Amino acid sequence: MYKFSNKLKIGSFILMALGILGIAIGFISAPSTVEEAKAIVASHGDGHGDAHGAADAHEVAASGHGEAVESHGEAHDSSHDEHLLHQLQNKPWAALYVAAFFFFMIALGVLAFYAIQRAAQAGWSPLLFRVMEGITAYLVPGGVIVFVILLLSVLHMNHLFVWMDADVVAHDKLLQGKAGYLNPTFFLIRAAIFLAGWIFYREYSRKLSLRQDESDDNSNFKLNFRWSAGFLVFYLVSESIMSWDWIMSVDPHWFSTLFGWYVFASMFVSGITVIAMVTVYLKSRGYLPDVNNSHIHDLAKFMFGISIFWTYLWFSQFMLIWYSNIPEEVTYYVTRIADYRLPFFGMIVMNFLFPVLLLMNSDFKRMNWFVILTGIVILAGHYMDIFNMIMPSTVGDQWFIGIPEIGAVLFFAGLFIFWIFRALTTAPLQPKRNPFIEESRHFHY
Amino acid sequence: MASKAIHAYYDDDDVLMLAVKRVKAAKHHIEEVYCPFPVHGLDKAMGLAPTRIAITSFIYGCIGLTVATVMMNYIMIEDWPQDIGGKPSFSYIENMPAFVPIMFELTVFFAAHLMVITFYMRSRLWPFKEAENPDVRTTDDHFLMEIDIHGNEKELKDLLLDTGAVEINIVEKNSH
Repeated sequence: MYKFSNKLKIGSFILMALGILGIAIGFISAPSTVEEAKAIVASHGDGHGDAHGAADAHEVAASGHGEAVESHGEAHDSSHDEHLLHQLQNKPWAALYVAAFFFFMIALGVLAFYAIQRAAQAGWSPLLFRVMEGITAYLVPGGVIVFVILLLSVLHMNHLFVWMDADVVAHDKLLQGKAGYLNPTFFLIRAAIFLAGWIFYREYSRKLSLRQDESDDNSNFKLNFRWSAGFLVFYLVSESIMSWDWIMSVDPHWFSTLFGWYVFASMFVSGITVIAMVTVYLKSRGYLPDVNNSHIHDLAKFMFGISIFWTYLWFSQFMLIWYSNIPEEVTYYVTRIADYRLPFFGMIVMNFLFPVLLLMNSDFKRMNWFVILTGIVILAGHYMDIFNMIMPSTVGDQWFIGIPEIGAVLFFAGLFIFWIFRALTTAPLQPKRNPFIEESRHFHY
Repeated sequence: MASKAIHAYYDDDDVLMLAVKRVKAAKHHIEEVYCPFPVHGLDKAMGLAPTRIAITSFIYGCIGLTVATVMMNYIMIEDWPQDIGGKPSFSYIENMPAFVPIMFELTVFFAAHLMVITFYMRSRLWPFKEAENPDVRTTDDHFLMEIDIHGNEKELKDLLLDTGAVEINIVEKNSH
């Protein structure tokens, strides 16, 4: 049985406390009037001015004030200031949402990886099942928090999703056309169904997994296999729709057909990275005696492979849009390259070049500290990925990685660590009666 | 110079692996093992030096990437610039996304093909080459372990029989 070390527990509490402080500072310092917003921008220098031209068409379109702005010069100023106010008010919310989604997505990615191992009846991984089950335990708190943020958006506590604003929809023909799908009620219903499905599978599969340890036949294992195969079908559809709903719809005029896959690659590689990191940590504390460096090697191969897969999808999306140059599509990249140059290109270096060069060598994949080091960069890179998905449409060029963003990351990191390691204490770390446990113990590359 | 060698036959890869480990533990030098298919971990058990083919593959990949870059720069930018979809080809870097698929494909192409050719040459395999394996059964369902004899025929024979060899032959070997 794993015992939650006091150091780690205290560390996670400190992270959460610092995080709450950062989040609170973010909300308190958000402007409540147009004047305050202008003062904030003025004190930050002219960062806003230079990239404005390129971003304007997109931002204006996204907030639905298109026609009004172009025709009246004076209306432009006041509506622009109001727009700025909304962006700055969105900032702490967006920071919270990005971090909340990022850590939730890790648990969801691990759940998909776990279900694939189950459905494939993989022989190498059963030793790691308890680690994966521990991480997926975070689906419950993580999912509830994301749902609450979405609910608060529907209740107009923030303006993350412009299409939720009835006034915006009334002036926007495209959004009216999408209203049958993109309306607050249906949005919440979908979110609830998806979360319920994912959490149900996680809890049920965990139950079967524990029951298999006490059983004298393989019926639980077989049942788990069937549920996992079925879950993967549900997951593929629901994950895709989730990515349209929770991420793509922050910019409701823009769409990309492979967005679901792209988000999936991000969550998958982050999830596998966290499995590797938690495994290495537990091993360094003397747990998981049968996990050998071939298991780490395999996880690192997945980190390497899925990083390339992510890049492939990122580039497929980018190149087609870049090449065809259709205004309604290309605004997505125009804004990002104009206003988000560093995070946008920095993310590709972190998520592609770094893991490719560091994990290419077979021997490096077996060195724990190498896996951890690369893992930290990959996780930071995929946080930036989510940041780049959400921020341009919610805060525009007012982005900054400051106290609210870092605070939100710290808070959710603390909660994540606390929750998954607490879940790991509830069952033996090594499954006893998994039919493949012997194969997994003797797994060697 | 002719020398004597012992040929031990096995009919199972797991038995072979254990046998190789035992022969190595008894400090005998295994000349060669002939297999009908690759046996995972055999190279490590035999104590062969790690392969360097991955390094050559990386170098070939870099060459492929360079060839693609130079080639596309010459074809699309220098020799015959065109305006495709409103993107005039005046600068390589500005048109780079369009060339990425070619850069990727040629990297893979060079790495894969040159690596295979390197492997064949290093293994001394080429068209019309006379097969080196001493027994045709090693291309079907038998594994063969070859050990040079240095006046320890009896000892080796007992050890090999004990490891589960299904057949043992002593052969005159011509050094090639």
